[in-house]
Amino acid sequence: MRTIHTDRVRDLVKLLLLRAVTELPSDVRSALQNALVIEKSAAGRKVLEEILENERAARAERIPLCQDCGLAVLFLEVGEAIRFEGPDLTESLNEGVRQASAEGFLRTMVVFDPLYRRENTGDNTPVIVHLERVPGETFRLCVFPKGMGGEAASTFTALPPLGGEEAVVAAVRQAVDLYGANACPPLIVGVGIGGNFETAPLLAKKSLLRPVGTRNADPRYARLERRLLEEVNGLGIGPAGYGGTVTALDVHVEVGPTHAAGLPVAVNLCCHACRRAEGTL
Amino acid sequence: MSPCLDSPLRISSPLTASALRDLTCGKRVLLSGPVLLAREAALRRMAQEIERGKALPFTPEGAVLFHGGFTPPPPGRKIGSIGPTTSLRMDPWTCPLLRAGVKGMIGKGKRSPKIVVAIRECGAVYFGATGGAAAFLSRSVRSVYPLLFGDLGSEEPYLLEVFELPLVVAIDAEGNDLFEQGQKKFIKGTNQKQNNGW
Repeated sequence: MRTIHTDRVRDLVKLLLLRAVTELPSDVRSALQNALVIEKSAAGRKVLEEILENERAARAERIPLCQDCGLAVLFLEVGEAIRFEGPDLTESLNEGVRQASAEGFLRTMVVFDPLYRRENTGDNTPVIVHLERVPGETFRLCVFPKGMGGEAASTFTALPPLGGEEAVVAAVRQAVDLYGANACPPLIVGVGIGGNFETAPLLAKKSLLRPVGTRNADPRYARLERRLLEEVNGLGIGPAGYGGTVTALDVHVEVGPTHAAGLPVAVNLCCHACRRAEGTL
Repeated sequence: MSPCLDSPLRISSPLTASALRDLTCGKRVLLSGPVLLAREAALRRMAQEIERGKALPFTPEGAVLFHGGFTPPPPGRKIGSIGPTTSLRMDPWTCPLLRAGVKGMIGKGKRSPKIVVAIRECGAVYFGATGGAAAFLSRSVRSVYPLLFGDLGSEEPYLLEVFELPLVVAIDAEGNDLFEQGQKKFIKGTNQKQNNGW
């Protein structure tokens, strides 16, 4: 048994959120630099130059990459052999975000009631938590603040069970074509195939945690990712939607078992400011 | 040569009729002068004030609206990061403001077909600022003043003074739309609606 004090969890959340909002992960930065080399549109290259200059400015001046500081999504992997001591775990996760928001001068994005009383909670809480129990003594945390531009442009489609690869490709193309220009391209496209109405979107979101350029371990899905990337870039949307050859930096596919009568596909778009930061205790 | 390869055009707000003539689709510009930062709640209020024949808290003739937001300033800075938000969300309240004389909007992403028509009919322009480049864009903001309606909380409009804010003409006064024209130039094959199996 391993004991972790939840104050350490709180401090890790705070550290990772502050890093996520001001520094792009190195894989995203490299992908943007590569995009600048391969983009054929002059307007698109100018946008990419500004995005790369923005990354330098945010890092140097310790200010957020984007004024939409996002709704904080936390992915936790907690070993079965871990016992927590100290304040409640959920409260510690919220407290980490609260402290990061105050100390990092983040814009507060969260309203507690979605429909009738859209009052800002003033501290970017409550956070969204996905907790997975794993064997052993591991404690892993990924902080993924997600802006609304990409979320508002994301889709869920219930395809017919034998629709096959062509139906999936059509659904992904349609999703990106319809809303991609408004989600701050170049995008990272997360595709969740299988599961059901709640897990397909979660698979799509989880796929965005994988570094840009990495492929699904299953060669069939790795090939599908490459095909989807080509299809999406063939749409011509380009950086900022001004037209170009780099609409997406990557497409990631994650899959799960599903019902015999269905083929759910969720497409979760992430803007070029793919802000994720990972740490362990 | 693509207009984007040209050097950017320096313009200032409020926008005059002669300045508007040079603002063709795809042209890069550096905008200096006052701009009014406002989102849904503030734009809805402004549209209501116009409908009731009341005065706006700014002069609409030639004015430039900025669909965006900013983070709080850390000590020693006038502003945190500032950038555009999805302008499509502002479409429901855009027409009354254009009719009142607003000539420019700054934002990101496509506009609805109805707004492209309204932009042409009113002889206005829609500028794109790079989304998610808010630390970079903050360098072009000189000052920020709240322009109070008084009860909109975090949704109050702000008057900004910008200097050489880098923008692209995304929809011009003739209704040319960079999102449509740009995509057409780079799309591979036809973009027919594919069969998704149903």
